[in-house]
Amino acid sequence: MTFEDEINQTVRYLKPSGIRRFFDIAATRKGVISLGVGEPDFITPWHIREEAIHAIEQGKTFYTGNKGLPKLREGICAYYKRRFHVDYDPEDNVIVTVGGSEAIDIVMRTLVQPGDEIILPTPAYVAYAAIIEMAGAKVREIVLKEEEGFKLTPEALKDALNEKTKAVILNFPGNPTGGIMTREDYEKIVPILKESGIYAITDEIYAELTYEQKHCSIAEFDEIKDHVIVINGFSKAYSMTGYRVGYILAKKELIDMILKIHQYTIMCATTPCQFAAIEAVNNGDKDIEEMFVSFRQRRNYIVKELNRIGLYTPMPQGAFYAFPSIKRTGLSSEEFCERLLDEQSLALVPGNAFGDAGEGFVRISYAYSLDQIKAAIAKLEQFLKDGGWDK
Amino acid sequence: MNELLNLLKDNARYEVRDLALLLNEDEEKVSEEIRKLEEDKVIAGYHTIINWDKAETPISKAIIFVNCVPERERGYDRIAERISRYPEVESLSLISGKAEFILKVTGKDMREISHFLAHKLAPTEGVNGTETMFILKEYKTNNAVFYNANEESERLLVTP
Ligand SMILES: Cc1ncc(COP(=O)(O)O)c(C=O)c1O
Repeated sequence: MTFEDEINQTVRYLKPSGIRRFFDIAATRKGVISLGVGEPDFITPWHIREEAIHAIEQGKTFYTGNKGLPKLREGICAYYKRRFHVDYDPEDNVIVTVGGSEAIDIVMRTLVQPGDEIILPTPAYVAYAAIIEMAGAKVREIVLKEEEGFKLTPEALKDALNEKTKAVILNFPGNPTGGIMTREDYEKIVPILKESGIYAITDEIYAELTYEQKHCSIAEFDEIKDHVIVINGFSKAYSMTGYRVGYILAKKELIDMILKIHQYTIMCATTPCQFAAIEAVNNGDKDIEEMFVSFRQRRNYIVKELNRIGLYTPMPQGAFYAFPSIKRTGLSSEEFCERLLDEQSLALVPGNAFGDAGEGFVRISYAYSLDQIKAAIAKLEQFLKDGGWDK
Repeated sequence: MNELLNLLKDNARYEVRDLALLLNEDEEKVSEEIRKLEEDKVIAGYHTIINWDKAETPISKAIIFVNCVPERERGYDRIAERISRYPEVESLSLISGKAEFILKVTGKDMREISHFLAHKLAPTEGVNGTETMFILKEYKTNNAVFYNANEESERLLVTP
C-alpha cells in the first residue's frame, strides 16, 4: 500500500488551491508588487484591538460557551437587525465560529449526505468546492456570466435543480466577481427556492461593501427564512482577518445540529478575539463606513484606469475586486499571470483559481494604497503594450 | 462635496486627476469644485505637517489658556480677532470650561514665547489671566504620528 492509498481518497484527489500554487511561485521572486490579496489593507481599528489586548490583560482567556459569548451573540443579532433588517435570536439562532471558513465547513457537514448535490455558482471563492467534496457531496456548477453582472438567474437555478439538490451557495457581493444580488434579483429566485425546498447558504462576508445600494440579505424573505443559513464574519467588514471570528445565523433546529460539530471540533472561537468582536459589532459602524468610502474611491479609480489601459473591466458592485476578462490577449489566465509576474513582477490571481468558469479572467484586488495601485497599473499598462494588447 | 473635502483633509497634494478618478467625476468638475471651496474660504489654506524635533531648526510651542471678559454687544469676537493677529498665535478657539480661550503659540524658543506672553498677550485689553503650558514633545499632530508606530502591515502576497 502506498502512502497515497493509505490516506483519505477524497483528500488525496482534492485539487490544491490555485491561489496557493500561484502564491508559491510569487513568493520565490524578489521585489514583487501584488494586487493579489483577499483581505482589507486597514489595520484593525484601535478601539477594537484594544479590547483584545484588554481581554488578555484581564486574563479573559478561558473557553467560552460553545455558541460564543452571549454579549457577542446579542451584538451580532442587533447588528443584523440594525443593518439588514433581519431578526435572529441570540440564544437560539447564532453560533460564533472561527471565521466564515469554519462556518462554511460545519454548515456543509451538517446538511450533506452522500449523493447530495450542492449548487455552486462559479467563479467562486476557493473553499466552497473543496468543502462540499470533503463533506461527501457533489458540486453542481452554475456559470455566472459577466454580461449578466455575475448574478444568479432564475433560469440557471431551475436548470441546475434536481431531486438530489440539497442547497445552493449564494455569495453576494461575491469573491472574485464583485457581483451582487438586489432585492429584485432575489424576488425572481425566491419562489424557485421555496418550491424546491432546498437550503440557501448565503455567505454575506462582503455585505458591507455593496456600493450603489444597501445590501439585501436573502434572509429578509420570510417565506424561505427557515431554509436560509447566513454565514458572515468580522474579517472584511472590520479588517479583522487574523482574528478569525465569524458566525452562522439559522433556525434553532439547524443551529442545534451544527453546534454538535462545532463543539466537538472547535469548542469555541478564540476568547480574546470574541471580546474584540463585541467591540466591533457594537461600536464599529463608523469604521465600516470609513472603509466603505475608501474602497469605493479605489474601486472607481482602478476600474477607470484598467479600462483606459485597454483591459475592459465592468464596474463591480461589491467586495474589493475587479474581475476583468483577459480573453482578447489569447492567453490563458495562468499564462497571463505568470508572464505578468516574469516580465513586470506584478502578482494578480488567475481567474481559473476560482473554478473553470474563471478561465479568461484575472482577479485584481484594490485593497491597496493608491500609490501601490498606481505602480501596479503602470506595470500592467507596460505589459499590455509589450504584448500589443493595449489597443 | 464632503467626500472631496475628506480626501483633501488627509492629503492636500492629491492631483486633480486622481481626485476625479477616486470620486468618479470629471476633472473639470473637481477643479471647479476646489476653486469654489477656496474662494468661499471653506478651504482656508494648505499646510505641511512638520516634525520640528527632527528638522534642523527646532521650535517651541505652548498651549495657553486665556481668561477674559466679554464685551457688551460684541461678546468675544473683537478680543479674539485682536489676539489672533499676532503671528505667534497658531490657533485660537473659544472654549467652554475654566478659561475662555485656548491658544497654541509658537516661537523659536521658550524665551520668545515668554516675551510674547508678558509683553503682548497679558497686557491685551480685556485679558485678565493666562495659564501657560509649554509643549515638551509632540506625539501626534493633525492625525500624523511622530513616533514609530510600527504598524507596517505584513500581508501575504496572494491570499484567497
Ligand atoms: C467569499 C468568502 N467567504 C468566506 C471567506 C472566509 O473568511 P474568514 O474565514 O476570514 O471569515 C472569504 C475570505 O476570503 C471569502 O472571500
